[in-house]
Amino acid sequence: MSARKIPAVLTAVLILGLSLDARKKSDGSAAAQFRQPMAKAEKPEHALNRLTFGARAGDIQRVQKLGVKKWIDLQLHPDRIAENPVLLEKLQPLDTLGMSTMQMLQNYPSPALVKEMAAGKLPFPEDPDKRMMVDRLAARLAAKSDSGVPDRPSLDALLQPDQVRTLRTAPPQQKVELFASLAPALQYQVLENIGQGLRMQLYAAAPPALRRRIRSAYGSQALVAQDLTEAKLLRAVYSNCQLAEVLADFWYNHFNIYLDKGADHFMVTAYERDAIRPNILGRFEDLLRATAQSPAMLFYLDNWESVGANSPAGQRRKRGLNENYGRELLELHTLGVDGGYTQKDVTEVARCFTGWTIRQPNRAAEFEFNARMHDDGEKTVLGVHIPAGGGIHDGYQVLHLLAHHPSTARFISRKLAIRFVADDPPESLVNRMAATFLSKDGDLRAVLKTMFDSPEFWSRGAYRSKIKSPFEMVASALRAMDAEVDFTSGLNNQLNQLGEALYRKAEPTGYSNSSQEWLNSAGLLARMNFSVALVNNKVAGVKVEPAQPSDAAALGSPDFQKK
Amino acid sequence: MHTRRFFLRNSALAMVGAGAAPLWLERALYAADAPSPRKKILVAIFQRGAADGLNIVVPHGEKSYYEMRPTIAVPRPSAAETANAAIDLDGFFGLHPALAPLKPVWDDGHLAIVHAAGSPDPTRSHFDAQDFMEAGTPGLKATTDGWMNRALSPAKPADHGSPVRAIALDSTLPRVLRGANSAVAIQNLRDFQVRNAGALGAFQSLYADTHDTALHALGTETFEAMALLQSIQKQHYEPAAGARYPGGRFGDCLRQIAQLIKAEVGVEMAFADVGGWDHHVNEVGALASEGQLAARLTEFGQALAAFWADLDDRCDDVSLVTMSEFGRTARENGGRGTDHGHANCMFVMGGGVRGGRVYGKWPGLAPEQLYESRDLALTTDFRDVLAELVKGQSGNEDLTKVFPHYSPKPIGLLS
Repeated sequence: MSARKIPAVLTAVLILGLSLDARKKSDGSAAAQFRQPMAKAEKPEHALNRLTFGARAGDIQRVQKLGVKKWIDLQLHPDRIAENPVLLEKLQPLDTLGMSTMQMLQNYPSPALVKEMAAGKLPFPEDPDKRMMVDRLAARLAAKSDSGVPDRPSLDALLQPDQVRTLRTAPPQQKVELFASLAPALQYQVLENIGQGLRMQLYAAAPPALRRRIRSAYGSQALVAQDLTEAKLLRAVYSNCQLAEVLADFWYNHFNIYLDKGADHFMVTAYERDAIRPNILGRFEDLLRATAQSPAMLFYLDNWESVGANSPAGQRRKRGLNENYGRELLELHTLGVDGGYTQKDVTEVARCFTGWTIRQPNRAAEFEFNARMHDDGEKTVLGVHIPAGGGIHDGYQVLHLLAHHPSTARFISRKLAIRFVADDPPESLVNRMAATFLSKDGDLRAVLKTMFDSPEFWSRGAYRSKIKSPFEMVASALRAMDAEVDFTSGLNNQLNQLGEALYRKAEPTGYSNSSQEWLNSAGLLARMNFSVALVNNKVAGVKVEPAQPSDAAALGSPDFQKK
Repeated sequence: MHTRRFFLRNSALAMVGAGAAPLWLERALYAADAPSPRKKILVAIFQRGAADGLNIVVPHGEKSYYEMRPTIAVPRPSAAETANAAIDLDGFFGLHPALAPLKPVWDDGHLAIVHAAGSPDPTRSHFDAQDFMEAGTPGLKATTDGWMNRALSPAKPADHGSPVRAIALDSTLPRVLRGANSAVAIQNLRDFQVRNAGALGAFQSLYADTHDTALHALGTETFEAMALLQSIQKQHYEPAAGARYPGGRFGDCLRQIAQLIKAEVGVEMAFADVGGWDHHVNEVGALASEGQLAARLTEFGQALAAFWADLDDRCDDVSLVTMSEFGRTARENGGRGTDHGHANCMFVMGGGVRGGRVYGKWPGLAPEQLYESRDLALTTDFRDVLAELVKGQSGNEDLTKVFPHYSPKPIGLLS
C-alpha cells in the first residue's frame, strides 16, 4: 500500500465520524436512535467496524462489491474462507501453539522443571536444540545455587578478537550474521555474557528461528506466553477470518483465565485452542462444558482443590468445599449476577462439581473426575432436585440446566449485543436474541445471525457509537496502516501501557466490553503516544511505510477511537 | 515558596490557555494566596509478594519465634552485636535493623504499627490475596472496583476535580484505584506527555473540536493533567533538607508523590507498590542484617523516612499506610526461607497518627496459637486500619460504600 493511500483511509473515517455526531445531536431519545436506520452507504463500514479488527485499505469496496449480507454470511462460516498465507507463515515458527501441556513443560521448562529434569524426575526434551538449551539452564541454575553468582567467562575467552569487535561495533545485520555463524552451544554461551542492549539488537535483527533461540536462552518458559500473545496479535492483524478472531477474543474474555496464575502459564494455550476456538460458532452448552472440564479453568477458579465435606478425601484431610468456580459459573459464565440464584445455589453447585479435578496438575494436566473427592449426597440447584449418587453427572446436569436457562439466554445475548451493537443495547433486540438462543438449543451462530439481521444493528444508535478497546485500537491501527508485523514484544509493551495486557486480566470478569472502561487519561495518552510511535516506526518489530506526520494525529484522533 | 507558586500558576495557565482555566486549577493555584482548608491526603503502599512481617517487626519477646526460626530469626535487642539485632520498640517488639531510619519517626510519635493484621480470607495465592486486598472485599471476586476509588467522594459535575486527585505511580491503573471516579496512572511525572510537539498540537485541536462529549471531556482532562505535570516539571524538584531518597523505583515513586503533594495540585489519594518480598529461599544472609530481606528493607525504610522528612510542613495533612497480601509461615522452611502464611504487620505514618505504639491484639506464636498450625493468626482486619484512615482523609463517617458488607472496628490510630 502506498503512503498516499493511508491518509485516504483515515480521512474517510474522520469525515464519516463527524457527520454522524452532527446528526446525532439533532435526534431525540436513545430508543428513537435504534429505530432510525443508518444510511445505506454507511453499512459496509459499520459491518467492518463491528465484525473485524478494523478496515484495511480496499475492504469497504470489497464488502460493497460482494454485498454486506453475503459478506457477513461468509464471516459466519470461517471454514469457507481461505486463510491468509502470510499469517500461516508467521504462525509457523510458534511451535507451542500446537503442543500439549506436557510437551510444553518438557520443551520450554520453568526453572523448577529444569531442576526436576536435572534430578531425573522428568525426561529431557528430545529435540537436540531444546535439549542443549535446557542443559545450559540447568548448568546456570546449579552454578547459581553453589556460589550465588553464576560463573561468567568474558566474551574474549569465547570468541576471536575480530569476532568480539564485530559483535561490539559492527552494524546490527553484521552482528547477527556473525552470531548466526557460531555453533549453537557457543551462541548460548555468548548470550549469557552480553548486555541487554546488544541482546535486543540481535533479537530485532535475527530471523524468526534464531530469535527463538535468543529468547529461550533467558528462561524458555517465557516463550509459551510469547507465542500466545504473538499469535493473538498476528491473527487479529492478518487473518481473513476476522469475525472468528473477534469471537475467539470475546469468548476467551467471557471465560477469562489469568495466564500468570501459577500452573495456568502452561495450560492456557490448550484451553484457548481446544476449549474456546472450536466452539465459538457452535452450541453454548458445548462451549460451557469444554471450559468447565479444562484444567486451566479448574486451576484458575480453584475447583480442582474443592473437596466434598462428606467424601472420603474430605473426611481424611482438612480440605473442604471451594465455592469459587460455582459462584463465577453462575454469576459470570451463565445466569449473570441478577439471574435469580441464591448463595444456597452457589454452595449446591459447588457440591455438584466436587471431584472435577486435574490429573497431574504440573505434568500432563488432564481433566479427571475423582469420586473420592465428590460429595455424593443429594442437591437442589435452582429448584431442581439432583438425586444422590450422580457422580460426575451432577456437574453435567448443572451445566445442561444453566445452558438452557432463560437468564443465561438473556445474559449471553445482552453481552453479545454490548460487544457488537451498543453499550446499552435496546431490550427489544436482547429479547429476540434470547428467544433464538432458547429455541435453537443455544446455537451461537443463530444468535449472531438474529443480531446481524436486526434493524437495531443497522441503526443510527449503533453506528460509530462505541469506543475501541486498546487491543482493537492497536489492531485497527496496524491494519489501517498496512503495517508489517515481524515480532510483537513492542506491541505487547504498548498494550500493557494501554491497559489491556493480553491474557493478563487477573479478575475472572475479563476486560469490559463497555466503552466507559477505556475512557481514562492514562489510556488516552497512551493511545496518542502509540500513534506517534507507530507512525515513526518506533514500535519494535513493526514497520510501516514512511508516512505523513498527520497520520499519527489521525490514529490518535477521537474518531479513530470509535467504531 | 511564593515565587515558585507564582511561576507555576503562570506557566500552567499558559499551557491550558488563558481564560479557559478550569476551576480545580484556579483553586489549586490560588490556594497559596488565599489559604483554604488544605486537602487531606492518603498514601497507600502495597508490598507485593507477601512480606515477612515476623522478621520486619520482630516479636523478640516470644520464645517460640526463636525456636521456629533457628537460622533466620533477628537476634534480640540485647544481643552483643547491635548492628545485627532488632531495634527495640516497646520491650516486646523490635524493628529489623535495616529499618533504623524509621526509628526517629517512631520516637517522634508519627509512626504506628498494627501487628497480626491483614485479610481474613484464607487464600495463600498471591493473585487472589492481592486482588481481595485491593478490592477491599476479601472473598468476593466479582467486585470490579477498588477501595481507594470508592473512598473518593464523587466530584461535583461543575468542577470535575483535579486531574491528579487519585494517582498511581504505575504504568497501568492498579485494581485498588479502578472504579467510577477518575484516577490516573502515571509511571513517571516527566513522561506524562505526548512525545512529539507537532502531534500534541494536532491532538489538542482534534479533541477540542470533537462533537463526542465523552471524548471531548476526556481530552480536556488529559491535556490539563499534562499541562499541570509539565508546569511542575519546569523547575527542578529539590526535596526538603534531610530527605535522602534511596536509588531505585520505590524511592522515585515516593519522591514524586511528595512533589505532587507539595505542589498543591489537588492530590487526595496516591498509591505505589514495591515488590520482591517472596523469599522462599535464602531470605536472610549470614547475619540478619544481610541478605535479600535486609536489602529490600533498607530501600523500604530509607524511602519512607525520606518521604516523611520531605513532606516537611505538609506532614499534618498526610497519612501513609503499608500493606502486603499475607504474611509468611512462622517456621522457617528447609531453604532458609519462609512460605506463604496469613497475618502480617502494617505501618501507619502521619502527622495525625498516634504513633510510637504497636496496635492489635498479639495472638502469640505457641504452636496451638498459630493459624492452621503454621501461621501468625489474624486479630485485626486490614479494613479496620484502612477505614480509620479513609475517615480521617475524607471526613466521611459512612464507609458502607467503601467497605461493603463490613463494619470496621475502631482502633484509635488517629488523634
